[in-house]
Amino acid sequence: MTTTAEPVSTTPVARPFGERLRSILLGRDAVIIVLVVLVWIVGASTVDNFSKPNTVYYLLLDVLPILLIALPMTMVVVSGEIDLSVASMLGLSSVLVGVLFQHGWPIWLAALMALGAGVLGGALNGFLVTTVGLPSLAVTVGTMALFRGIAVGLLGTEAVTGFPSEYKDLASDRLFGPGTAIPGFLLVFIVLATVFGVLLHFTAFGRAVYAAGLNAETSRFSGINVPAIKFWLFIGTGVVSALAGVYWTLRYDSARGDNAAGFELAVVAAVLVGGVSIFGGRGAIPGVIAGALLIGEARSLLRLADVSADAINIAIGVLLIASVIFPRVLSGLKGHLTRRRTSGSFTPLER
Amino acid sequence: MTSLHSPRRLAVVAGLAVALTVAVTGCGSDEPGGDGGYDIAFLPKNLGNPYFEASDAAAKEAVEGFGGSFKEVGPPEATTDGQVTYINTLTQQSVGAIVLSANDPSALCDALGEAREAGIKVITFDSDVDVDCRDAYVSASSPELIAQKQIDLIAEQIGGSGEIAVLSATANATNQNSWIAEMETYLASDYPDVELVEVVYGDDDDQTSYDKTEALLSSYPDLAGIVSPTTVGIAAAARYLSTSEFKGEVALTGLGTPNDMREYITNGTVTAFALWNPEDLGVLASYTAKAMLDGDITGTEGDTFSAEGLSSGVTEFTVGPDGVITLGEPFVFDADNIDEFNF
Repeated sequence: MTTTAEPVSTTPVARPFGERLRSILLGRDAVIIVLVVLVWIVGASTVDNFSKPNTVYYLLLDVLPILLIALPMTMVVVSGEIDLSVASMLGLSSVLVGVLFQHGWPIWLAALMALGAGVLGGALNGFLVTTVGLPSLAVTVGTMALFRGIAVGLLGTEAVTGFPSEYKDLASDRLFGPGTAIPGFLLVFIVLATVFGVLLHFTAFGRAVYAAGLNAETSRFSGINVPAIKFWLFIGTGVVSALAGVYWTLRYDSARGDNAAGFELAVVAAVLVGGVSIFGGRGAIPGVIAGALLIGEARSLLRLADVSADAINIAIGVLLIASVIFPRVLSGLKGHLTRRRTSGSFTPLER
Repeated sequence: MTSLHSPRRLAVVAGLAVALTVAVTGCGSDEPGGDGGYDIAFLPKNLGNPYFEASDAAAKEAVEGFGGSFKEVGPPEATTDGQVTYINTLTQQSVGAIVLSANDPSALCDALGEAREAGIKVITFDSDVDVDCRDAYVSASSPELIAQKQIDLIAEQIGGSGEIAVLSATANATNQNSWIAEMETYLASDYPDVELVEVVYGDDDDQTSYDKTEALLSSYPDLAGIVSPTTVGIAAAARYLSTSEFKGEVALTGLGTPNDMREYITNGTVTAFALWNPEDLGVLASYTAKAMLDGDITGTEGDTFSAEGLSSGVTEFTVGPDGVITLGEPFVFDADNIDEFNF
């Protein structure tokens, strides 16, 4: 009777609930949340109309598709992969809803079909990445073109509009009556954010996602089924993108093949600004939500200040680069200081 | 560990926020600001489109001329959702009037409805939305006037008699077919000696239009002229004619843009063609907004108002059925004026 030693797990050990919550809420996520508040205060005091409920309402409506897709995207990126096909899946879902509606289907059934397409598309991505073993960047650049191609092929340059208003209202009605700030569809996001937040931060599955992103090889040796996990994550991005497509169609009353073209970059930007490491293994849902809100808020603020669309894109680009560079500069600085201190020759920074 | 360095990190990020703030407020302060006068915002299909640049530049001059404040906003690409976002922004800003060229006739209706509920006047130009969704539509021209102008031009160019053909876009394009029907009516009543021998379709594709032109000229040796009421068609036909033996022999006119046609006007392939003048369209849309803000018109049929600075010299306009205001007959471009336009 031999006793084999427990395999040494590289998986982050389950820490007490309170400690985990604190580590999420302090640190980088807190910084982004503070930024959201700061930009808000600045906007409200310097730009006319920014603090009105209507601004919040439109801001949330605009940012909802980013918020939605950013949830599963966070998990995909934390696991060390990326999904660039999300905006094309959004467009394909939108076209499916439009075409099926045109053929007399009820919207709810058309929307279910679109979600089904999201599952299939996500499964295709997942299969190519995990079973075939191709890099997700290459795979999803391919399916980005594929899904968009099918979407444009189905509908051409046409647009389907005139969706029934009871469904349009689902996407854009205000929760607390006319003139108030909160769109009802935000509830859908809150539910999903809770699900994804708990899944990533408070379950074994979530810890396995981090482990896969930190070191896929060691994770595999410690008994984590990395391919299975990643497969499910791609289904997550697929189906939530399809849901965002249904929302987009109803909110803009427009199903078009080119809906949300280029939108994948907005989602990736929100995830990175939200503090997720593009190399995997680091990041958290609260920070990503704040990242998406920060970008949406900055856009809304700059538009209200009559800044042109091109200049807004430049500002968002700078924000993105800054958010990626800052942690690196800081950790570099920290390391520098620590080394100096331990060698006993600490000098002030300004020399 | 984290808590030890948090304050420093916060300080750095606060610095970033201040920088962003400076950028925002710096940009915000150069806004002209509607001082209770005419606060008019133009929303083209997309920015960077020479056609709208021409109309919006003329509109800016007109609006500032009558003491209003003008601004032009819009999405970089001609998308519905991009326009919805800007309609929302203008609603938040409570501008006086939104003047837009719509990317979709019905998808913008909800956003425009919210703008109108907030007391904003909504005027479409160039490309309309559903009648219920706006206060007035400034139309470049009417099917009759567009058809008649082109027939007048071709009849003049072929000396009042002979065979002509039409090079259209696609066989089921609604506007093309309504113009062609008007042309046939007008030919029968006013030009009995001009015979329309065939309508061919170039599908708004450059190569197909080019090939159809070639086919027309070989099928009808006596063909005196071609009318192409589409910008793609007329440019392709002009390119074919300019290098063929028919250059200067077979007349060509239709609807084209000065930038596409400049070369063929200069080398004598084409003597004159028509299109609405986007500058006039911008000016008339501005005065429509002014009249609406003044309460002179509400968009009901029979309302009248005046405008200044149009190339036609017309100053009095009447709102037609469905709130449509018609600029007038198409503008004729020829060797004398083509260099004044860039779109």
